[in-house]
Amino acid sequence: MAKYTTKGLDCWGRAKELRMRYYKDYAEAHDRGALRWEGGAWSFDAIPQALEGEVHVLTEEPYGASVGADPKLQVKYQEAAEGKWGCARDLCAYMRNYWGGIVLGEYAFGGKWPRADFIFQNQICCSHSKWLQVADEIYGGTIPYFCFDVGAGPYDRIGERQINYVVEQLYDGIEFLEKVTGRKVVDEKLIQNVQNTYRSACYWAKTCELNQALPAPLDEKTMFSLYVLGTLEKSNKEIADFYEKELYAEVKDRVANNIAAVAGEQCRMLGDSQPPWGFLRIFRYLETYGVVSIASLYTFSLIGWFELDENGNVVPYPTLEEQGITIKDRDHALRLLAEGELKGKLMWAPFYGATYKNELVTKIAKQWKCDAAILHLNRGCEGTAQHQMEMKIALQKIGLPVMTFEGNMADEREFDEARAKRLMDLFLTETLGLKKIAD
Amino acid sequence: MIEEFQEWYQNRHDFARRWKEENPDGKVLGYFCTYVPEEILYAANILPVRILGGHEPPALATPHVFDMWCPFCRDCLSQGLAGKYDYLDGVMISQSCLHVRQAFGAWQVHVPTPWSYYLCMPNAVRSPRSRPFFAGELADFKKAVEDWAGKPITDEDLDRGIDILNTNRRLMKQVYELRKEDNPPITGTEAMTMVWASQLVDKREHSVLVEELLKDLPNRKLDRDPGVRLMIVGSENDDRPFMEMVESIGGTFVIDDHCTGSRYFWDEVVPNENRIQAIADRYCDRVPCPSKDFGQEDWERKRFPHILNLARDYRVQGAVLIQQKFCDPHECDIPSLRRYLQGNGIPCYFLEFEVTVPVGQFRIRVEAFIEQITAEELFE
Repeated sequence: MAKYTTKGLDCWGRAKELRMRYYKDYAEAHDRGALRWEGGAWSFDAIPQALEGEVHVLTEEPYGASVGADPKLQVKYQEAAEGKWGCARDLCAYMRNYWGGIVLGEYAFGGKWPRADFIFQNQICCSHSKWLQVADEIYGGTIPYFCFDVGAGPYDRIGERQINYVVEQLYDGIEFLEKVTGRKVVDEKLIQNVQNTYRSACYWAKTCELNQALPAPLDEKTMFSLYVLGTLEKSNKEIADFYEKELYAEVKDRVANNIAAVAGEQCRMLGDSQPPWGFLRIFRYLETYGVVSIASLYTFSLIGWFELDENGNVVPYPTLEEQGITIKDRDHALRLLAEGELKGKLMWAPFYGATYKNELVTKIAKQWKCDAAILHLNRGCEGTAQHQMEMKIALQKIGLPVMTFEGNMADEREFDEARAKRLMDLFLTETLGLKKIAD
Repeated sequence: MIEEFQEWYQNRHDFARRWKEENPDGKVLGYFCTYVPEEILYAANILPVRILGGHEPPALATPHVFDMWCPFCRDCLSQGLAGKYDYLDGVMISQSCLHVRQAFGAWQVHVPTPWSYYLCMPNAVRSPRSRPFFAGELADFKKAVEDWAGKPITDEDLDRGIDILNTNRRLMKQVYELRKEDNPPITGTEAMTMVWASQLVDKREHSVLVEELLKDLPNRKLDRDPGVRLMIVGSENDDRPFMEMVESIGGTFVIDDHCTGSRYFWDEVVPNENRIQAIADRYCDRVPCPSKDFGQEDWERKRFPHILNLARDYRVQGAVLIQQKFCDPHECDIPSLRRYLQGNGIPCYFLEFEVTVPVGQFRIRVEAFIEQITAEELFE
């Protein structure tokens, strides 16, 4: 008999609908006289989305992941990037998926590759600025390109200088946008978009916090499909509403009613980095042992904003309402936007040192009551794979059993599913002493 | 003289240890990445030494950095874990690629070093916003160094630090200038060994030797045919056996673009009343590492025209493009750079480096490249 009650998310269909509409809108934008732009999930979408008229964005990482979910398609695009453009096959797998699509002129969601009107990119890792720089070059260098830097320091070293550095670039970005589009950034829209960004980032964090409950109301495989909306367009009202009014409310209800993500939960797993997207069934395989992956720094804070409270605990970053803030004007909006992203995105702190990652993941493991960790050593993303081996050592030091497997988030040529499952069998049975509870 | 550069490069740790004995009030600091402002360190009587690999399989780094990270960063970390840098009083990084940050992060945790510092060098160096930001970061850094060294750094100290660095840069550039000759009096291997040594020893001593070299070079005749004039471009490179091999089979490296070569010293600090801002400007303006070579107006790279100018100034017949395996910034640039140089009439050949290079295989490949260049000239 199942240990807990379980059921699917009522808002699941809505999440799927929002995602598919996003990609369709982007493809059809020009038909409606709307603007199209490309950028990263970090790209302060609140700003270009505040341009006059209708505007749509294609964020490159979730697009690369979508291609990654289809192993045949990913190989086709990667081989195009490697063979026709000539890039190395060990580069970021998302990036190669993306370049391959442009090289072949194909859009993974159907039809021809939809060229952007401008690029509004961000530099978070070595590949990000290059990603769309090269994309622009493949286009023939015809698309206006702006890339700003958010490498101003870790969350605990963010002061006026760091915020000013980003805000001044955002002002430059507005000047760039108005020049290349001939449209104005509308302050009312900008303020609304920043409010929405806060709602998306803070309510996703609050939802993740709810996963501390026993049993966990969400499993990581499901969470992957939920956080993605924030990587698409976190400033969008419908997406912010989804996080605040639908998802958070429903997950709260699941906790109150003891509804589990996995009925047989008997072991709570900590993860790290993106999974091999074409092989998410490995999470279902873990469930046959009653193992549910419930937490990871990546899944929580790729878009979720967190902070450390006075006791050093990882807690959701406060919403604007909780801070008692009403946005007054453009400058206030830009400063709040930069501040939230720089202080709240704990995911990026490991870029500034292994000790940041070690501290954060050990806190998460304890607060979310994890029994063990399975870490995907992700050959496809140097950013999220930063300090993974140090993290392994740090988790082992606090007594957590840890298993690692090498793979690639979006290049199936670098993932051996059978071997990974065999390693999981050994880890779960020999190290953790678990037995299968289902086939 | 040339042998002395080689001796310094080869026995870098001996030099640093001896320097410490001779300078009991000084400190030795190991640094990752050439965006570290050595001017401020010299101003505080600190000897900066660049942490380089040992060209040995980096087995010790494996538990800390798995195999998808560049061999150079794993080699550097491995050297630290092996205790080769046990004389360091401090270690620092100036924000650069994620690979080297990985090595630095693991070093901080596992290689006992009394002092460490992460300098937040901006990535958007072509944005005017980077300069005041970096000047602020440098002011914080200066304060941290003062606290560590136990004494203030005055404007006079900064002037001295700037002068030490600028003098060394100017002298090395003069040596490079002589490589424009039909039969350069110094090989590429020798010239780059001079630069490697500069990153490892006291620049004041180094400059004395470069000055002597400059007196000697006009009369130096190498008993060799320079052959094909080559350029070498790419990521970190202190692979002497590879360079010697190429220069033994009919080629001469007459110029380079490496952070272990010209990119390290090409640009000077332009003096300014505000010394910290002057230093900040120099590091934002220098020939950028590919990881920082992006703009806020268009997609074009700043480094490419610079490389092409070098190729033209030094009458390069072919370019060898190399990169450390897994080096993302260079991997992103190399397909574009190859198209760019070839489009401007410079044939290119690409090689991927590990900590040890297969010299035999590379010899055959480079020989074929040289033959291709000379064959093309036969039919011109």
